[in-house]
Parts: sequence; structure tokens; C-alpha cells
Amino acid sequence: MSTLLPTDAASSVAELLTPRKMDHLRALEAESIFILREAVAEFARPVMLYSIGKDSSVMLRLAQKAFYPGKIPFPLLHIDTSYKFPEMIAFRDNYVKEIGADLIVHRNEKAIADGANPHDLGTQNCCGLLKTRALLDGLEAGGFDAAFGGARRDEEKSRAKERVYSFRDGNGQWDPKNQRPELWQIYNSRLRKGESIRVFPLSNWTELDIWLYLYAEQIPIVPLYFAREREAVIRSGQITLTYPETRLLPGEKIETVMCRMRSLGCMPCTGAIRSEADTLEKIIAELISFRRSERENRAIDHDEEGSMETKKREGYF
Amino acid sequence: MATASALNDFRAFLDSHLDRELLRFTTAGSVDDGKSTLIGRLLHDTKSVYEDQLASVAKSRVNRAGNGRVDLSLLTDGLRAEREQGITIDVAYRYFATSKRKFIIADTPGHEQYTRNMATGASTADVAIVLVDGSKGILPQSRRHSFIASLLGIPHVVAAVNKMDLVGYDEAKFRAIEADFRALAKRLGLRNIQIIPVSALEGDNVVTSSANMPWYSGPTLLEYLETVPLHEHVADQPLRFPVQLVVRPDRTFRGFAGQVASGVVRAGQHVVALPSGRRTQVKRIVTWDGDLKAAGPGESVTLELTDEIDLSRGEMLISPDAHSNSVPTVSTAFGAKVVWMHEEPLEAGKTYLLKQTSRVVRAEVKRIAYRVDVNSLEHLDATELKMNDIAEVEFETNLPLFFDAYRENRVTGAAILIDPLSNATVGALLIDRAVSTATRNDLPALLAAAHIDLAERVRELLAAAGHRAVVLHGFTPDEVPVAVRALQLAGVLAIVAGAVEGATVLDASDDAGLIAALAEMGVTV
Repeated sequence: MSTLLPTDAASSVAELLTPRKMDHLRALEAESIFILREAVAEFARPVMLYSIGKDSSVMLRLAQKAFYPGKIPFPLLHIDTSYKFPEMIAFRDNYVKEIGADLIVHRNEKAIADGANPHDLGTQNCCGLLKTRALLDGLEAGGFDAAFGGARRDEEKSRAKERVYSFRDGNGQWDPKNQRPELWQIYNSRLRKGESIRVFPLSNWTELDIWLYLYAEQIPIVPLYFAREREAVIRSGQITLTYPETRLLPGEKIETVMCRMRSLGCMPCTGAIRSEADTLEKIIAELISFRRSERENRAIDHDEEGSMETKKREGYF
Repeated sequence: MATASALNDFRAFLDSHLDRELLRFTTAGSVDDGKSTLIGRLLHDTKSVYEDQLASVAKSRVNRAGNGRVDLSLLTDGLRAEREQGITIDVAYRYFATSKRKFIIADTPGHEQYTRNMATGASTADVAIVLVDGSKGILPQSRRHSFIASLLGIPHVVAAVNKMDLVGYDEAKFRAIEADFRALAKRLGLRNIQIIPVSALEGDNVVTSSANMPWYSGPTLLEYLETVPLHEHVADQPLRFPVQLVVRPDRTFRGFAGQVASGVVRAGQHVVALPSGRRTQVKRIVTWDGDLKAAGPGESVTLELTDEIDLSRGEMLISPDAHSNSVPTVSTAFGAKVVWMHEEPLEAGKTYLLKQTSRVVRAEVKRIAYRVDVNSLEHLDATELKMNDIAEVEFETNLPLFFDAYRENRVTGAAILIDPLSNATVGALLIDRAVSTATRNDLPALLAAAHIDLAERVRELLAAAGHRAVVLHGFTPDEVPVAVRALQLAGVLAIVAGAVEGATVLDASDDAGLIAALAEMGVTV
């Protein structure tokens, strides 16, 4: 945030005597850093779920800050469904190398080999195999007792009730009626063997906070977030980007659309939005005039009323 | 965005967005008080609801608003079970922002069996909104909610007298409720209160001023939330820096990471570590964004110290001065208000894990002093505590805690209890005060030795005899009594080199002489 604050001689004198003003981003940042440190101090084997999206980018920066001047003291885990945008994978490999983090990539190879896809299975079943199952297997394979996730409570109604420390039973499942009360900033990290906790350091951030922070901190993000002309088909009203290997449905025609992604997921299920916003400033300006929520372009949330809650019970984020 | 002036406008806009404060508030009301509708109204009228969310609510099978209106309460009722039962069953967090502040709402249910949820939402709140049904007045649940707000130390409480539309926006009805609420607030010791007549259903005085109540000239609920003063005194409080983590990337750097709980830490400042009593200086306040000169309450920083002192997670840095409250209470025995949160009752004699700041200790329940009836506020006898009971309980811990009374410090005065078998979070503790223990022996608090080597030898002799003692280095005469008191509370004896007020100076040429001199002071080694 220092990039935006004016620096002059007079303020440096006052600075000696008084701490900086805690604006809302700084307060959120300090809270997230507290959460990251607390989990690292108390869990035996934490891991950070890294989705390559904007929220993950913020979470990763917060982890760099939390343990500075030390390195990030846990690996990153990416659950690769094989349907991620190629730009995401390229960004992931470059960025992780640049900041010197350890990356684990986990895939449900069996389901991928069996040809799991959302068209034939439906989004619920496809997510179940390629995301939820792969995530649970990946966590088990690494013996991780805590996993940081970038979920925010403002994303969806069932997430509004999520704790910062979200307790999962031996099967990695979430019981909304059996969550530990969470008071002040005192988190309970006690576990029995096999149980785990998902830790959400960004719980109190909103989509706008994320973009303001990306802007203030100049954090790199996947270029798909920025508008430019891209090849796409319009599928059930959704702008679906096309790549050489994209399976076209009967009657579909590729066209060039000025668009960008508002959130990143799998290629078949994440639509782009028409937009001219090709800089962070323009994205923020656009966001403030937006009247539609960011998950709207996600096919998975619309399956049925309460579909996110069903996924969470099964172990998805 | 095309022109330079548009870009400047945008920068100014961004700066204003970056400059907003964060306010956390909680809402308490009973099932029928219209609480969810009030929050829905706040979100809707501040344009914090997205079109697709509103559309999803509009086509929902459930609608309690009637007259073809959109049921705004559905915007906040999260889980499927709630949608079916039409009630809120857990704490839900909501977010919205205006040009002045960003708000976090902890929406908590008002059912009697859910006291624990309200306590949870209240624990981090700067403001509590207590919903009062304008057609019914102050009910037992209003008293209960106000009591919990006062217990959890929420700095500001606002009574939103809702459903004014149902009483014809009648001023006399409102004034009667206002008088009742003021009396209640006085009894509970709530200092900063505000009472606002609203209609969540119609939108009166929630975001926009009501034309239906010209007799009310105070702020709307939103105006109040945007202007109520925040964090007034935390920076003036004494320094408390609980150590979360030791950061040691290589042999050249050893830093203590943590969040400032209260007060201000400055580079160059003298600090004392608890429980060791060692005194040192802050060399640097390290952050990724560069070193700071000072860090205030809520800032997450890493402190590098000038000396290699023994300090780890669960310990604390403080800054003793002449003020009596500059040192926290250090004790293994204390009394606390407990909000019990589990189906299995709290029982005297049972031992739990206790987590306070970053410190985890074992805590035995010594006795339940009394239980509080949350409706009448009477003190009742109790042998066990059931879910949602609130009581004064005395504990004894295996290691000392460093704490302040909860009413003085909401960070260092708070703790949770964890069942050591099930690992469930079973209780919330608001620490009141230290209680004396019968087992403490009668050693003097302070010994003075003629020179530093002798002081070191006294410490060794005491340690060999099983007494905990430290030699104080580098304290000014003003600071010595404060450090001694802190150590005494921790059951640690202080030794200084040289003459000091309140202690006879030990001098001897050998161990035998030293042991005899100590024996004269009643210290057997």
C-alpha cells in the first residue's frame, strides 16, 4: 500500500511518534497475516491451496509478508483438473519459480484418463471427481493437517457462515451444524488423527478489497483477467473461450470477442465477460459499476439452489 | 479513463477507497424482530446487493414480505435448513461498504439456546445493534442481548426500535421504549448508547431519513455506523505484544512475529519479556514493506531485539513504566466470566486446555462462584454450567498467564476453553482478576546482592533448591519495583546487584556465608 501513500518530510517526523493509520486494507492485511502465522505455529504440516486465481495471488503475497524475512514455510498445492486455461498453467510455473516457493501439483489421473468431463457427467459429478476427490487425495498424500484456502465469505451465501478455521472430519467433510465456535482471534487448532482444518485467511475480504489490494501492491495476476480480443463461442449464453483442442458442440461458431475473465476456473465451465478493462484501474472502475456478482459466470453455482452448500459438505471448498 | 483528468479523478477515488476505516458490528434480535430484514435493507439501500443475487431471492419459493415485495431477509439467510425453517441458526458474516467505511456484519441469532452464537459475533464487534420490536417494547430477550453486549465489552450499543410502521410511527410509543432502554443501559453500565426508530420493511431511518417520523432528528442507522468513533483508547493503553512465532531464516536474523495487542511499540524502545523478566531494546520493527518507526494496535510486525534473550511463542513483550497498569497481571489463579458453549456441562474439578493470546496452558476449574440469570441479572448458585449459561468461575493453571482484566483489554483479557479429549471449543472466558492461591510460599520478592557475580551465585543456589529466580539487568531504579511485582505474581524471585530500596544487601565471601545470610532472611537453600 505504500505505493499510494504520500511521503513528505513533515510526515516522517510525525511517523516517529505515531503508528500508521489503519485503513481497512491494512487492517485486513494484518488480520490475514495473524491467521497465517497462527496456523504455521500450531499445525504440524500446513499447505496452501493455490488456485492461480487473483485471490490465491493475494494470499501468496500475504504469506510472503507474514514470514518475511524468512521464506514461505509450507508448500503450495495446485489441484489440476486438466481443464485449466493454458495461460493459468504458464503463469503458475513462472510465478512460483520467481518467488521461490515449493509447488505440488495433484491430479485425479484415473478420472482424467477415463475422460471425465462436464458435458457427459454434469458439472456436479465432474467437480466431484476432478476437484473434490483430487483435493482430498492430494491432502492425504501429503499428510497435511491444515490447508490454507483463498475462499471469501462474500462469495456465496453458504460461505457467509464459514469459520476462519473450518473443521473437517476424517473424510474431509464439512458439517455446518458441527463447527467450533470462533471467538475473538483465538483459533482452536486441536485435531485428532485424520482430522484436518481448512484455514481461510481471506475470510473478511470482499472482491473489491482483493482488486484494490492487487492494485495497491502491484501483484502479478494471470493475463486472462485483462480484456483483449479472444476467440470464443457463445454457449448457453456464456462466453466460452476456445483453444485448438476445444470440442465444439453442433452449430457452434467461433467468433472474436473483446472480453476478460472475472474469476478463473475450468475452461468449459467458466465464462468470460464482455469488457474493455485492460488495466487494474479499469477493472476496479468496472467492478464498482458492476451490479452482478463474480460467481455468476460459474456454471457450478447455478445447478440448483444451495449447490455450493452440497459441494462443501462433500469436501469442496 | 481516456483523459488525464478522468484518471486523476479515478486516483482520488481509489485513494478514498484505500483510506476507509473498518468497522465490525453485530446484530442481536429475536426471530420476529425483523433482524434479517434490517440487514437486507442496509445491504439493499447501500447498493451492496448484486442484481443476480436479488433476482435469485425474488424467485425464491419462500417469501415472508408479502404484497409482492422482495423478501430482503432472504439476502442474509444462508443455509438450506434456515431457508426451510425460516430462521437464522448460526453466525453469518456480511460485508458492505460506503464512501466512509467498510463494514463487517456478524449476523447472530436471537434464540435463547443460541447465546453462544451471539457471544461469538459480539467478541470482535465495535458496535452492537440490539433489535427491539416497536410494537412490543423491551422484552426479556432485549435485556439478554444488551447484557451479552455489555459482557463482551462492545464499545457502542445502538437500539434499533423496529417496526415503527406497525405502530403508526407513533412518537409516544418510541419515547416510552427509549426511556426503558436508557434505564436498562444504565443498569448494565453501557456508556455509549444510541436509540433509533426504524422500519426495516419500509426503509425508514435505516439508510435514508424517514419522512414518516419528523419528530426524530437524530442520525439514521447508517449515518450512526459511518460516524461512531472507533478504537479511541487502544493506542494509549500499555504495550502488550504476545509472541506468535520466532522467525529465524538464517543465523543472522532472529525476529519475534506478532500482532500488537495494545499500545504502541517503537524502534529503540526498552521492553521486558515475560515470564523471564529480561530487559532489552527493540532494535528494528521489520515488515516486508520496510522497517517501521512505530507500530500500533492491530499491526502485524516482526520485532528484532538488541539482546539474544530467551523468548518464544506464548510469551509476551511489555514496556514497564511508572503507571501501575503498565505490567499485566501475572498469575496462575484468576476469576473469569464464562460463557459455556457445549452440551457437556462445565464441572468443578475438571481440567481443560486454555488458550489466551498465543499461550496454551492447562486450567483446572476450582469453583463456580455464581451463575448469572441473563434475564433478571441475578446471581444464582450453581454446581455445573449448561450450554448458554454465563457464570463467574475461578481457575488455576499449570503455568502463569499474563493478562489484563477483559474490561481493560479485549485481547489479553480473553481466552477460550478446549476440551482436552474431544478438542471442542467449550467455553469463552472474560478474565476479571487474579485470585490468591493458598499454596504460594512466603519468599521475599526481591533480594539484593553486593555485586553481580554474587547475584548470579544467589540465583544458582536458589535454583538448586527449586526456587525460580532471575537476576535483573539494566533496569532503572524506577522500573525495578514494576519488574519485581510482575515477577512476584509469576512466582519468580528477583535479584539485583547493588543497593536497592526495600532489600537488605547480601554480602559474603563464600557459599557458606551466603547460605547463612539467606537463612537470616527466611530463605532456605
